[in-house]
Amino acid sequence: MKNIITKSNLIYLIALVLVVGCERELSDDAVLASFPKKGEIFTDNFVSMGSDFYFPFADAKPDVFSVDMEEGYESDASIRIDVPNANDPTGGYAGAIFRTDAGPRDLSGFDALTFWAKASQGVSIGEFGFGLDFEGDVHRASRSNVSLSTSWQKITIPIPDASKLTQERGMFWFAAGTQGTGGNAYTFWVDEIQFETLGTLRLENPFIFDGQDLSRDVFIGEAIAFENVGVVFNLENGQNVSVVAAPAYFDFETTDATVTGPIVINNAGQAVAPIISSNGTAVLTATLANTLAMGSFTVNAVGAFPHAPVPNRPAANVVSLFSDAYANVPVRHYNGFFAPFQTTQGGAGSDPNNVDIQAPFANGTLDNIINYTSFNFVSIGMYETVSLVDVSSATHLHVDINIRENVDPGDFIRLELESGTGGTTSGGSFTLTSAMLNNVDANGWFSMDIPLSNFPGFNDPANLGQVFFVSDNTITDIWVDNVYFYN
Amino acid sequence: MMNIKSIYTAVKGLFILSVAALLNSCEVDTTQTVTTFDNLVMSDEFNVDGAPDSNLWTYDLGDGTSNGLPAGWGNNELQYYTDRPENVSVENGYLLITAREESFQGSSYTSARLKTQGLFEQAYGRYEARIKVPYGQGYWPAFWLLGNDCDVNIWPACGEIDVMEFVGDQPTKVFGSAHGPGFSGGESISKDYVLENGRFDTEFHVFGIEWSPDYINYYVDDVLYQQITRETIAEETDGEGEWVFDGPFYIILNVAIGGELPGSPNADTIFPQTMLVDYVRVYQE
Repeated sequence: MKNIITKSNLIYLIALVLVVGCERELSDDAVLASFPKKGEIFTDNFVSMGSDFYFPFADAKPDVFSVDMEEGYESDASIRIDVPNANDPTGGYAGAIFRTDAGPRDLSGFDALTFWAKASQGVSIGEFGFGLDFEGDVHRASRSNVSLSTSWQKITIPIPDASKLTQERGMFWFAAGTQGTGGNAYTFWVDEIQFETLGTLRLENPFIFDGQDLSRDVFIGEAIAFENVGVVFNLENGQNVSVVAAPAYFDFETTDATVTGPIVINNAGQAVAPIISSNGTAVLTATLANTLAMGSFTVNAVGAFPHAPVPNRPAANVVSLFSDAYANVPVRHYNGFFAPFQTTQGGAGSDPNNVDIQAPFANGTLDNIINYTSFNFVSIGMYETVSLVDVSSATHLHVDINIRENVDPGDFIRLELESGTGGTTSGGSFTLTSAMLNNVDANGWFSMDIPLSNFPGFNDPANLGQVFFVSDNTITDIWVDNVYFYN
Repeated sequence: MMNIKSIYTAVKGLFILSVAALLNSCEVDTTQTVTTFDNLVMSDEFNVDGAPDSNLWTYDLGDGTSNGLPAGWGNNELQYYTDRPENVSVENGYLLITAREESFQGSSYTSARLKTQGLFEQAYGRYEARIKVPYGQGYWPAFWLLGNDCDVNIWPACGEIDVMEFVGDQPTKVFGSAHGPGFSGGESISKDYVLENGRFDTEFHVFGIEWSPDYINYYVDDVLYQQITRETIAEETDGEGEWVFDGPFYIILNVAIGGELPGSPNADTIFPQTMLVDYVRVYQE
């Protein structure tokens, strides 16, 4: 038969295609992600993970992972994690990611990561999650303080918004310390790790700022971070679980874009709203999968920034770690984010000209200020990637601190100077008491020049490795500026 | 697939065994015959906004004391039932029964309990409703039938057929029960039905019974999950129980809060929440 399509037949065919196209939504099919929709990660062996998939956290004990060929959930194979003693010289906790080396996966059809787990003793595991890939950690999500017993139980980590996970490599991660075991080592096992479509999860509510409605006065140049962000899900068993979720799952909004400016992601992966006006009010909110998050932050712009006193000591006599008045020595970090013990946010990165607050001086130049929040301890580190710092010619440490909350009796900030790094450190400390910290200038700044002789034990000043600020949560929100040594 | 009713008629002796085997099977056979009564005799589609149709629905009000019960409707429930629009209304094609946390007439919660007592009562038939329930510990929504002679035949002698009960901290499970002399309260004849890939609080499901002189069949959506017969009652009660399901019964829809079965609400329980009823339909053979 000849392949002749008559004009009328052709029209008919086109019409047919059009009709079929409408019904099947061919144009939608055409844009679907083409990555494998594979859910299994470990089912008595690794599934489609490639060969190079295990990456421990930089400060964790690296060799904690093995495949146990005797233990298993309804099988004889599982992933075994040996959490080290807290004083293990090669790392005091266990933490790692499992990142598929076999190409990204499309997880958008699943609603949870599930696995079975048990431990050698009853213990609470710091974090279990997915979306951590050490390549931006864009879709990080986790459950904290997951309780394990000595018998197998199924753990469910709901996906905050699966539609975001169309090409994901961060399949599974954990962080486990010994806070609950008095520093003593233990073992836990996980098995049957997979993304599943349960259908039994209810999104209870997303939240920002821990679900609280916060407000405060703000200054030009500040950036308000959306902190304590996550989602509460109601599980099949009726229990509510909270999933810590990365900003990428959310849409963040401001009610007045002339007060806060566009919301951006900072170096620490947090969404932040920069304050760009000296007056006006804006309310910061968020939605996840079109559900309004509980919690908000009302900013009340009150004008120019209350700068710290500008240092005027001769640069020749100064070794500066963080100040706009001097050339700073290179640092590894202004916040080491020492998971899982450290809660402190702020100070991300190593660039002194790109930190939390950039408040313009009257002459237009920027005053960079670190804003440590959720502060329990933090360090400015000068090791590994940069040289240790020689402050042997200095006689004093100068620091400016502006405490963004009431200072109560008993509150303190302890400064610690540590020489060297790794297993060969020495150092000394000096505690700023609440009485000292209440002695501030009109702008709220506490400025202090501390003789280095006040740091007994700090006897290797030629090899300064870290400067610690420690409050043990007595003070949780501070600005820091002008950290330098001088003679 | 065999028709349950025809099996019954054909081989009465084997029927119980067959059904028991069917019900014990872990696999849900979607081809099973769930219902056989198709003659619609009553329906409320809740298509008129406002108060529910007063020709069909009346109310139990208060905390139970005016019905001669101790406060808490005999179960230590915490709600005070009202017929206020805040607690019961028809909107957008649905009956809304809303439980609220509020101080009201000495109670800490309000809710509503609708019934067809004196307005629609019938022996036997297929009773079906499409419902989405609230969730969280303390919620106890139900769709059930009660014998219309409870004032003379004191409960449980008057009989109670619970088409659907749900406790809010078990969001994937419902249960159907029957109460009578020798099998009431915690000793009722009851079975639960669990959704493997869904929840009863996030989507609508159809709950029904088909009740004949010989059996009460319980179903959710297209799944028959329980059958109660005279023989079931005899077996479950060592011959003590009595089939009391031959007289007219009326329909009740309510959302209870707290009490013996669900326990009290906790800090995570969300108020207010609403039970949505898309329709109630009754069929005869």
